[in-house]
Amino acid sequence: MKQYEIRLTGSGGQGLITGGIILAEAAILDGKNALQSQSYGPEARGGASKAEVIISDKEIVFPKITECDLLLALTNVACKKYLKSLKKGGILVIDSSVDKPDRDDITVYQIPIIETANEKLKKSMVANIVALGALNKILNLVSEKSLENAVLDRVPKGTEELNRNALIEGRNLIV
Amino acid sequence: MSEIKLMQGNEACVAGAIHAGMRFYSGYPITPSTEIAELSAELLPKHGGKFIQMEDEIAGIAAALGASLTGIKSMTATSGPGFSLKQENIGYGIMAEIPIVIVDVQRSGPSTGMPTSPSQSDIMQARWGTHGDHSIIALYPASVKEIYTTTIRAFNLSEKYRTPVILLMDEIIGHMREKIDLEELKDIEIYDRKKPTVPPDKYLAYKVSENDVVPEMAAFGEGYRYNVTGLVHDETGFPSGNEVVADKLLKRLINKIENNKDDIVTYEEYMLDDADYAIVSFGAISRSSKVAVNELRELGIKIGMFRPITIWPSPEKQLSELSKKVKKIYVVELNAGQYLLEVQRIVSGQCKIGKYGKINGEIITPQEIVSFIEEDIYA
Repeated sequence: MKQYEIRLTGSGGQGLITGGIILAEAAILDGKNALQSQSYGPEARGGASKAEVIISDKEIVFPKITECDLLLALTNVACKKYLKSLKKGGILVIDSSVDKPDRDDITVYQIPIIETANEKLKKSMVANIVALGALNKILNLVSEKSLENAVLDRVPKGTEELNRNALIEGRNLIV
Repeated sequence: MSEIKLMQGNEACVAGAIHAGMRFYSGYPITPSTEIAELSAELLPKHGGKFIQMEDEIAGIAAALGASLTGIKSMTATSGPGFSLKQENIGYGIMAEIPIVIVDVQRSGPSTGMPTSPSQSDIMQARWGTHGDHSIIALYPASVKEIYTTTIRAFNLSEKYRTPVILLMDEIIGHMREKIDLEELKDIEIYDRKKPTVPPDKYLAYKVSENDVVPEMAAFGEGYRYNVTGLVHDETGFPSGNEVVADKLLKRLINKIENNKDDIVTYEEYMLDDADYAIVSFGAISRSSKVAVNELRELGIKIGMFRPITIWPSPEKQLSELSKKVKKIYVVELNAGQYLLEVQRIVSGQCKIGKYGKINGEIITPQEIVSFIEEDIYA
């Protein structure tokens, strides 16, 4: 596979950095190379948050992403800020609360990530896991088994079932 | 059992330190080095060690120096203005010959600057931050795996040469997570300071035995009593104002490092064999430079990279040789031009020198380096 670069964006506290770590760990469980990095504002909650994951079969040298293959945006602010960094022909995954941007050179998936977490799973904090389920259904970057193992390895004890369901619900958002 | 995992740079620093035998950490948390303090607090008690959060960075290094005097390998970590606060006691450690490791995860400055933004602007402070004539060892890894191995090396060198060792990192390599295989690293050797072979009443704390580079170091609490001071001292450890004693001590402290460069200096050479041009780069930015080398080679430019892993003492011999082979050396660093000064001093007109730097808190991308060098060569 070629090097695949993913940018997960939203606001601080949405679990995007954890989401990035889980995705990178799943890739490593699959025997691939992965590098995860992040940038965040000095504030702990609510600021712009961005996690980056690079997955490759080869050595990953430059640790940051300039143009990404896939952009996930959970807020309008993040979508507006990072849309220009999405490659031509890239994939944009946005929450249904985010306005569909005006770009015809990309594939857009507008899906109810936050609503699924809030309404169906009754826990807003699993929105990141719902998003991972959906992303991986679109990309098939890592095996479902490795993704599930990576999720279960990172989440607090007692929330395994909830997170497993979040992955399934995320997958089901892509038809 | 495979030990392959995703690990953060700061986490690898703590894991490497514990492998090296660190059993005491004292410090004051500051972004982007905080994970080093957090993980030390979590892991040290599980390894029979101690962690203490002090009232500030000055006390943080002071407690680590004190713990080391009792025979325990000690570390402190900091960033930005915290590194400025460490400087006085780095000098104390040099003068009293106390092994410790000081980690500096570089961020944008001066002062509080941009706390979450990367930088490589403490290169010269690592060399000359503490006052007085001295030599210093500063190492700078570029990947999570290398952070692990270089942290071990920092401890080994500090024990072997009885001196503070600075482990330079930057926000990028400190915070990124990469694959590491701990199984493959489990046999890295560790070095422990030499303890005295004479009984306490015959012990001269600062006397160097024949064939040794540094004095044997007694641990406080084991029956050996001696004086520790930042003042110029003789072999007993007590202060002296004698010019012969002063000259002998300061030269010994400098030469124990400068005369052992072959043992201390490490570096990586990338695509330099047939190179007409060379980039000098370190830490996170060396990874941008490596990609730039590959891309410039595709454009037909014969270029390579020299990456010092030991920043201080600088790889003087190697850089001087390099300057006789290439037409031009580009120093690419995330600052306004610091290592540039050292490279200029070493190269001393033997080839041309170019520089590319940045001070806005953003990483230098491979594309920027490619454009800069391509334009420079074809201009």
